[in-house]
Amino acid sequence: MSTVPHRARAAQVGRPMDRADGRAKVTGAARYSAEYAPPGTVYAVLVGARIAAGEVTGIDARRALRSDGVLAVLSHLNLPPLAAEPHLLPSLAGAAASGQSFFPMRDARVHYAGQPVAMVVADTLERAGHAAELLEVSYRAEPHVTGLEQGREHAYEPERIFAGFLPGRIGRGDVDRGLAEADTVVETVHRLAANHHNPIEPAAATAQWQDGRLTVHDSTQGPTATRLTVAELLGLPPSQVRVLAPAVGGSFGSKAMVWSHPVLAAMAARHVRAPVKLAVTREQMFTACGHREEQEHRFTLGARRDGTLTAMRHHKLSPTSPFDDWTEPSLEMPARMYACPNHEGVYRLFRANTMTPAFMRAPGEASGMFVLETAMDELAGELGMDPVELRLRNHCDDDPSTGLPWSSKGLRECYARGAEMFGWHDRAPVPGTRTDGHWLVGTGMASAVYPVYQAMGPQRARVRLYADGRATAETACADFGTGVGAVMRQVAAAALGIGAEQVEARYGDTELPTTVAAVGSAGTGAIASAVHTAASALREQMVARAVADPASPLYGTDPGRVEAAGGRMFPQGGSGGGEAYTDVLRRHMMSDAEALGAWDPPGADGGYAAATFGAQFAEVGVDPDLGLVRVRRMLGVFAPGRVLNAKTARSQLMGGMLWGVGHALLEATRMDPGSGRWANASMGDYLLPVNADAPEVRVEFAEVEDAVVNPLGAKGVGEVGVVGASAAIANAVHHATGRRFRDLPITIEAVLGRGQGASA
Amino acid sequence: MTRQTSRPRLPSQARREGREGTRPPEAGPGEVEIALTVNGTRRTVRVEPRVSLLDALRERLGVTGPKKGCDQGACGACTVLVEGRRVLGCLTLAITCEGRPVTTVEGLADGDRLHPVQEAFIANDAFQCGYCTPGQLMSAVALLEEGRAGDDAEIAEWMSGNICRCAAYPNIRAAVRQVRDARAEGEGGR
Repeated sequence: MSTVPHRARAAQVGRPMDRADGRAKVTGAARYSAEYAPPGTVYAVLVGARIAAGEVTGIDARRALRSDGVLAVLSHLNLPPLAAEPHLLPSLAGAAASGQSFFPMRDARVHYAGQPVAMVVADTLERAGHAAELLEVSYRAEPHVTGLEQGREHAYEPERIFAGFLPGRIGRGDVDRGLAEADTVVETVHRLAANHHNPIEPAAATAQWQDGRLTVHDSTQGPTATRLTVAELLGLPPSQVRVLAPAVGGSFGSKAMVWSHPVLAAMAARHVRAPVKLAVTREQMFTACGHREEQEHRFTLGARRDGTLTAMRHHKLSPTSPFDDWTEPSLEMPARMYACPNHEGVYRLFRANTMTPAFMRAPGEASGMFVLETAMDELAGELGMDPVELRLRNHCDDDPSTGLPWSSKGLRECYARGAEMFGWHDRAPVPGTRTDGHWLVGTGMASAVYPVYQAMGPQRARVRLYADGRATAETACADFGTGVGAVMRQVAAAALGIGAEQVEARYGDTELPTTVAAVGSAGTGAIASAVHTAASALREQMVARAVADPASPLYGTDPGRVEAAGGRMFPQGGSGGGEAYTDVLRRHMMSDAEALGAWDPPGADGGYAAATFGAQFAEVGVDPDLGLVRVRRMLGVFAPGRVLNAKTARSQLMGGMLWGVGHALLEATRMDPGSGRWANASMGDYLLPVNADAPEVRVEFAEVEDAVVNPLGAKGVGEVGVVGASAAIANAVHHATGRRFRDLPITIEAVLGRGQGASA
Repeated sequence: MTRQTSRPRLPSQARREGREGTRPPEAGPGEVEIALTVNGTRRTVRVEPRVSLLDALRERLGVTGPKKGCDQGACGACTVLVEGRRVLGCLTLAITCEGRPVTTVEGLADGDRLHPVQEAFIANDAFQCGYCTPGQLMSAVALLEEGRAGDDAEIAEWMSGNICRCAAYPNIRAAVRQVRDARAEGEGGR
């Protein structure tokens, strides 16, 4: 670990630092939401609908209630009413954030398979599970719609999508004219399978009532979001609901919104007058926390002979729930990626018997950029142009959708450094010509982009400095693998001018200063900015105290000319003549000093567009006899602005890139159109990358300064790593085989020329 | 740490030998009291025969290091060592572990001193959310003991029973390599 240069405060930020919770996580001491057991804790088990549409005609609970240890059976017949209607709202808004405008068990209607229709509470998990099996639920089934082929005829164009935040149709220029001006037109159709997040920790909530106050240990990306949603739906003052989430076992968007289970756990706990633990099972996770919807993209790209894009038409068809007009925003970033004057993007939806889909890592960017970047590869092939060159030809210095300048970009450097490090220019000029033994070998590349989202309200943190020189930094946020705890330590230490080792990070508790849910790659930037604001205020407070104190060597010094480092304040330009924070605190009989900081994110009308850019490169081997595709190596170069912790940032980007392996080659939740149920709702049947699927991954940074997005200039690294990764792999498969696969995932069957997704 | 013998013993053999040839008494379907030796400490617990080792540990003994990721033997988060061999806690009945030492992630460190594999996981950032980590650690410890960390391909293959959705896989391999190399160096210098 590098040492911190004296007086180089800023050096604290950016250096690689171990996770704050590393020791707790490797010793088993870290406690996740289903690992709290207040005395008398009992267990709730959800029972999901076995039909995809229709109604519950009866619930015979007699056998279940006679079963050992059973305390209650709750269903629409006896569940108390909600105090408010649930409304879909992204948790970044900072208000109640239901994942869908629907709450189960309020009437007999069944809208989707797996929808909770009952909840059994018993003294042990096994007894609750057994009684759930004894519950006799009868149904009257109705015809259902779940798949693209069933819904295509009923598709409509929504006025707005994404909880009303985005229009259903976007565009600029005149696409027909642009196509008429094109020398080459590429037209593609893509079918992308539905995906599920599958965090290794299934969602869980442990709820306890004490004197009318509710405490919930919830597995969530936003303790504040859970608090506000539970409070609103149960009619409680938010101050009476405490939500804890110090350790969360992965999310990837599945815990970005608040679903019914924490509310149901609280209702069950009130009903049986005991703390209730409700852990969603792995199978139930496929119908409990949303999913990335199945989708069909129809894409047209027109270009002149020199590669200049003239037109882009992008239509997407996807199923949504009966309750919400949801589709992941797949069209926005492809529309903003290149300098193309004419663009048309149209979403079409149909009502299906599924729950409302949800955010899933790079929601919309991963799918939309797969479409754009594989089509760009096809275009490069048509034009006989190098794929990197084609992208440079269409590079945009301003956001083409608004004309606003990017707050920072760095994409040219990403291409250049990536191409050089990867050895891009050594690739075979003709696809399907390079071999390594019986493997066909190819390389591919793609652009990556992810927008900078901002929280809508002030983000707060508290920093406290003790008279022994140690400090704490506190916010309500959860760490679900982002490593935000280490960043809080680094940022607080840098602003205060003390060592990061002296700072303890506390988070995952709504009793701490309020921050919004860490979603949309905005969490670390927002939380770090709040901590930076608080720690800077504390430094100023200490400096003000010192310069006003006749007993201080700094007495009378202009506070603007005082620096702090190594736990000391001293006049600018020299380390002599100052004094330590601890001396000031002791002299003033203060056990500690603290400051609350509030950072107001910039509004959307700041005159800039903001996004993180990057370049992805991949090499694959294809076994033509077995249909196997193995990713041999990956390289990503990203320009995320200031990197707050090089170690954890690299890991997040690497993880994202390996998600691209899953997206490209493995991940698909298949709907059985007959039953309207997911056919492979288990971790054995939903294929995702294991260690042997993961190649070595190289992550590099292109340095850019961003003075717009937040005081630290950090744009976020949680999601951009997956964007373009599946496209780079698919392009590499084409380069290896000379065959184009437009559907995801690229299955063994498709490579062998059988089944869905096969093409010439 | 482990008591791996050169020839793997079937659990049924181990059980028979442990019981000195006597037939196990019938138990259940109600609760029975069993004694489990967890990380060297003998604990008694009342369980129904259907209770998994994982749920006995997590829900009854407060040993929450082993994680429940799928409860179907697919993810590996519940991996623990029983008599030094890695087993999936979710597919093992607690009642079959009576008299067989169980090691969980809580038993790896020596007091405050972390096991070298734990240290290597932190140093190499071999986890993000940390939920699969206890299982990864138990598998890594066992494969190192068994000498199955010869090269990256072997490590990758033997670690593929533990899914890491954060995809820290290259860093997990780096951590295993680091411990392997440190051990080889230590043995070479002796």
